[in-house]
Amino acid sequence: MDQLSGGEMLIRALHDEGVNIIFGYPGGAVLHIYDAIFNQDKVEHILVRHEQAATHAADGYARSTGKPGVVLVTSGPGATNAITGIATAYMDSIPMVVISGQVESRLIGSDGFQETDMVGVSRPIVKHSFMVRRPEDIPLIVKKAFHIATTGRPGPVVIDVPKDVTDPKDKFPYQYPDTVKMRSYAVPDKGHSGQIKKAVEALLKAKRPMIYAGGGVIQGNGSELLTTLTRKLGFPITNTLMGLGAYPASDKQFLGMLGMHGTYEANMAMHYCDVLLAIGARFDDRVTNSDISKFCPDATILHVDIDPASISKTVIVDVPIVGSVVSVLEEMLSQLESSKQDVDKPSLEVWWNQIGQWREKDSLHINKCEDGVTIKPQEVVKAVYEITKGDAFVSSDVGQHQMFAAQYYGFDKPRRWINSGGLGTMGFGLPAAMGVQFAHPDAVSVCITGEGSFQMNLQELATCMQYQLPIKVICLNNRALGMVKQWQDMQYGGRYSHSTYADSLPDFTKLAEAYGHVGIKIDKVADLHSKLQEAFALKDKLVFVDVWVDPDEHVYPMAIKGGSMKDMILSKTERT
Amino acid sequence: MRHIISVLMENEPGALSRVVGLFSQRNYNIDSLTVAPTEDRSLSRLTLTTHGDDRRIEQITKHLNKIVDVVKLVDLTEGAHIERELMLIKVKATGAQRAEIKRTTDVFRGQIVDLTSNVFSIQLTGKSDKLDSFIAALGDSIVLEVARTGVSGISRGEKVLSL
Repeated sequence: MDQLSGGEMLIRALHDEGVNIIFGYPGGAVLHIYDAIFNQDKVEHILVRHEQAATHAADGYARSTGKPGVVLVTSGPGATNAITGIATAYMDSIPMVVISGQVESRLIGSDGFQETDMVGVSRPIVKHSFMVRRPEDIPLIVKKAFHIATTGRPGPVVIDVPKDVTDPKDKFPYQYPDTVKMRSYAVPDKGHSGQIKKAVEALLKAKRPMIYAGGGVIQGNGSELLTTLTRKLGFPITNTLMGLGAYPASDKQFLGMLGMHGTYEANMAMHYCDVLLAIGARFDDRVTNSDISKFCPDATILHVDIDPASISKTVIVDVPIVGSVVSVLEEMLSQLESSKQDVDKPSLEVWWNQIGQWREKDSLHINKCEDGVTIKPQEVVKAVYEITKGDAFVSSDVGQHQMFAAQYYGFDKPRRWINSGGLGTMGFGLPAAMGVQFAHPDAVSVCITGEGSFQMNLQELATCMQYQLPIKVICLNNRALGMVKQWQDMQYGGRYSHSTYADSLPDFTKLAEAYGHVGIKIDKVADLHSKLQEAFALKDKLVFVDVWVDPDEHVYPMAIKGGSMKDMILSKTERT
Repeated sequence: MRHIISVLMENEPGALSRVVGLFSQRNYNIDSLTVAPTEDRSLSRLTLTTHGDDRRIEQITKHLNKIVDVVKLVDLTEGAHIERELMLIKVKATGAQRAEIKRTTDVFRGQIVDLTSNVFSIQLTGKSDKLDSFIAALGDSIVLEVARTGVSGISRGEKVLSL
């Protein structure tokens, strides 16, 4: 048995857990661990420029692969800088393990230099956390941390490591456990057969069915089964912002995204359906609209989720099914197979005709600018979709550009759309795109961003240079905090309180060049396709494309506050 | 409605703060809380009283169950149960009042556990409303100090909360 120090055990345990890349930033409390990293070549460490970016990069890695993202930061400010990224992962149920340094055990509680109670500070935004008290506990703690982070409803786990625990002078026998069992942590697996039977019966009787699938389907690797089930039933389906790609967007049964900025047909079908099958979705307020009592008034609601606490949290459901998406979908399919009954085809035809009429509204129609010069932000996303043939990994930041990306880049595959849906973290896009590029070196990693969000983590341009990441940053530059401005237009009489800064924007092309990248500016619609093509043709380079778009554009459709899902603003002049 | 929830959890640092944190984080109420190790030193038993409608209580128990340190829990108020709270109360006791306080204490089956020429310290055990009634019977004007443990409870009959 090898004799290893705490720091060495930590890195060896990561390797034994199958981790080959971690994102981090060194500092005093983790220097022993960094020395252990220096002395091996199994686990690659990526040096970011800010700890928040380390968490987002690990997050992008996790979302695009399904494997846990791993972060290493120092104590105090290193740990607190990681907090936003941990909260982002927590809200979207992303598997992540964050190792934070801590001051020496004897100093804990003494307000030592760079001391923060990381376990305390992170408590509300982690699935679980550990404080390592003895070096010999490290292998088991790492095993437990990965087990908890990746099973059930995934989430971030923090391991806080006091410096003395990693002292290279103290060696201990190292053995990594094969399995771990915790009496206080059980993972729900198969859904209850009786409940699934009830759900299948409801689906077979449905006259106006609707499937509403969320991020849980992607996290639970259930996309293929969901697609099989949906096609077998012939039912309409919508995906949440987090669920985009769970069902192919180009399929005729797909009605688009639902919710606050969902399509007219998806939201109408939700409102008028009589049986709603919710899978891996949590009835978020951005989906249901603000008045829960008006949500799906006629529907029998079937809810599949791995987290019992998600069930009947906001909307009371009729048939709850707790279990992994894959196990439940498999059993649903086998029960459907063996059922003698078929779906109510005549009613379904009437329902599809109704949906067809809603589709004619063409709620995502782009009205080009009359001057023939100004670029609409939606046109940019469409052009990126065409040039990348819909096959890129697309990360986004938060705001109007995020919604345009979600609406106009039709994702046909899971794990391609990487965005901060729950927490809504500006500054997520670029570091997440880095994580994606590390995980998929040969794929096209696009970051659709805005000039507001981008400035929240632009220091990562340096990381992209250091590791030669050929990310394509597409900045929908509207010279304002677009979504804030949109709300101020709609609800605050156009009083733009602190949402504009046109006079103080940097020249982004020069900024990109200063970091050694390529910058391209586009401000005429006639140049849009050719210049974007030029950018994507530079396969080995990070290209920052600064696209000046119509600053007055709003995101539509938009839910009317206090209404039901059928209440939408469709354009500056039209509402339902 | 008032509920008494008993939780068996790992007797580890940080476990209690996770439970208490959940309540403030999700805007649930804690009316009382008591916690101590059990006969198995690796486990703590935490008993809390809270109130809310059925949906809220369901969410509370589900979220408690999600905490990794929580091993098992029971809502005692769902079935027949015994609940007790202990109170130590210090009251002003002079002159003719002394006999009156002694009588009241006897009626409530309390015990005077310490005294000086001016003060009685009384111990009383029972349901929370009995403790409330005792304080009311003594009257606010003589009460100097109250220390209550919060509610602890156990199911009636053969039902057991253990691993």
